[in-house]
Amino acid sequence: MWNRKDLVGLKDLSQDQIMEILELAKAMREKIDNKEARKDSLKKFSVLTLFYENSTRTKTSFTMAAEFLGADVNDLGISTSSVKKGESLIDTAKNLDQMGADIMIMRHGMTGAPHLIAKNCRGSVVNAGDGVNEHPTQALLDMFTIHEHKGKFQGLKIVIIGDIKHSRVARSNVFGLTKMGANVVLAGPSTMITSNMKALGADVTSDLNAAVKDADVIIGLRIQLERQKAGMFPDIREYSQLFGINKKLLSLAKDDVIVMHPGPVNRGVEMSTDIIDGDNSLILDQVKNGVAVRMAVIKLLMEGRKNNGITN
Amino acid sequence: MELLIKNGRILDPSTNLDFIGDIYIKNGIIEEIGQDLQYSAEKLIDAKGLWVTPGLIDVHVHLREPGQEYKEDIESGSRSAAKGGFTTICCMPNTKPVVDNEVVVEYINMKAKKAGLVNVLPIGAITKGQEGEILANIGKMAEAGICAISEDGKSVLDANLLRKAMQYASMFDLPILSHCEEPSLATGFMNAGEMSALLGMKEIYPESEEIIVARDIILANNAKAKLHLCHLSTKGSIQLLKEAKLRGEIVTAEVTPHHFTLTEEAVEGYDTNTKVNPPLRTRIDVEAIKCGLRDGIVDIIATDHAPHHIDEKNCEYEVAANGIVGLETSVSLTITELVNKGYLTPIGLVEKMSTNPARMLGIDKGTLEIGKIADITIINPSIEYVVNGQEFESKSKNTPFNGMKLQGKAMYTIVGGQVIMEDGKIRGEIQ
Ligand SMILES: [Zn+2]
Repeated sequence: MWNRKDLVGLKDLSQDQIMEILELAKAMREKIDNKEARKDSLKKFSVLTLFYENSTRTKTSFTMAAEFLGADVNDLGISTSSVKKGESLIDTAKNLDQMGADIMIMRHGMTGAPHLIAKNCRGSVVNAGDGVNEHPTQALLDMFTIHEHKGKFQGLKIVIIGDIKHSRVARSNVFGLTKMGANVVLAGPSTMITSNMKALGADVTSDLNAAVKDADVIIGLRIQLERQKAGMFPDIREYSQLFGINKKLLSLAKDDVIVMHPGPVNRGVEMSTDIIDGDNSLILDQVKNGVAVRMAVIKLLMEGRKNNGITN
Repeated sequence: MELLIKNGRILDPSTNLDFIGDIYIKNGIIEEIGQDLQYSAEKLIDAKGLWVTPGLIDVHVHLREPGQEYKEDIESGSRSAAKGGFTTICCMPNTKPVVDNEVVVEYINMKAKKAGLVNVLPIGAITKGQEGEILANIGKMAEAGICAISEDGKSVLDANLLRKAMQYASMFDLPILSHCEEPSLATGFMNAGEMSALLGMKEIYPESEEIIVARDIILANNAKAKLHLCHLSTKGSIQLLKEAKLRGEIVTAEVTPHHFTLTEEAVEGYDTNTKVNPPLRTRIDVEAIKCGLRDGIVDIIATDHAPHHIDEKNCEYEVAANGIVGLETSVSLTITELVNKGYLTPIGLVEKMSTNPARMLGIDKGTLEIGKIADITIINPSIEYVVNGQEFESKSKNTPFNGMKLQGKAMYTIVGGQVIMEDGKIRGEIQ
């Protein structure tokens, strides 16, 4: 039985809780496939999206998931809101909480911001990305996609390539995947990984060939072009040639390797076009699974609220 | 006014005293020290089971006045010091306006006198407005009574300017208290280590501190300046300090109770009361700091008492202000973490909290010598209690030690022969 009020990260979830989400997501995915997504809607509830950083995709995915479940979804336009007037995050959230949102879906540029709101509000908080910390629903949809194709996590070699240090997607994936028994390898330029990442339970290397050898899953990360100015790599040309995911690199992995990317992809930079559009790529499946996973998360949080007698 | 302290354990490294005995104080002066002193005094303190030490000196506090009285002011900071057992505190110049000329120094002197509790020694800035460009009025501030100069909060980044400041300050025999931080390596919010990896937090590298420690040691040695390194927090810094001392260079250093008590692991849960600059480091660093104190490499324990309003802490970790209030937990943490765990003897505690601070500043304090002004602290080393920040005299309650069970506490603070704190009560409230 689900009893967590919030979903702020995968770091604190148990194996069972992760499986509970993934199993429910499977049912949601079937409903979406059968055009029955709306059939399972809950009693009226309200969802608020607060995106302090822009992300049309993630916000849309959450919004659709919530609407499929029958929620009234409101978006707090950050650029027009009181945030611009210098109101503190806690005050903004407490005010919104008073308006009675059951679930607040929040993206924020600072690590720990959703945790702060979760502590201070009655509404359930879903972290849609905080600082360089976590992006739990993205990792859950990655895990769902992996499980869908591999049928397990135990013993899989999963390689995440790119700017690990600044990737909340990578971090949530490491927390989730290692918990489920997968072997996670983090690979990228040494300026974008640190050996401290071993504390997360993953292997860390700058040797891409060794990393990818016999891999079951490869996840590429979006490279932020600003990092160039911060001295992390010399230029796009060198990055794509030394650290891009291409045919040659892929040939070192297992034949049935699957390739994923949280999007949006810089074609030809972190991943070559033939890989993005190739047979091993599941990048578009990920998008569809994203809605299913988010439906599952919202549904469980609403159940949790009912079980714990929380109303807002 | 006479005061007789009976049967305490008298601890004074400066006069080599460690025995059970009495102290008689008359007209604010230590008249006699010995056993079975027979005097009729106006006030008698039974110090059985307690430590009687020269008044504790904290060389690094932020009193926030002038300018940020909503966090702390000279009176509330003085009360906090008195409660913590300090008879002398040195206040950092990063106020609004900055303490960069004699007028602000005199303002602080006036306010401290008005508060009338502990000795407050202002520290002057190194550069005007702490902007790192033009020397502050160091000479005029020296005349007005500053005890040192410091740019605390940041480093003077222009090495040539700092070199000049060191040369200039040496004319007035002023120590330079150096906050060591190379900003390009300190863009994050917590120590770069396993915890920052676990918590997904932008990092502050240990090299940020160590590079400036090395630079300032080199500069001070050549300028023949009295360099004192503030709040060292890494093993690498302790190593650099050790090497300089082995070469016979004149340099001293302080560490804070939070840096010898807590590790970066305390940041788990994003408790903003753990946000401090320099940040909490690793277990290895903490051990190096404790060993540095034990081995006489680190000279001084200072609190870096940094009060902040609740609103400045009840927010995102990245946005939260840096700092921890320390005056009222320093004695307890030192006893609990260092004396009880064998890193310091009781005499060692007095050295780090009174004798060495006085020596570093070059002030006539930190001693129980007969004929000196009677600044005395009396400590109960065995009392146990649980920290509750809400009970602090400081206006601000930003402590990461809430709920922690500690041992040892100051029971009396005596300044110039006057009891200004007794069992937690500040003068005026004392029966
Ligand atoms: Zn400082």
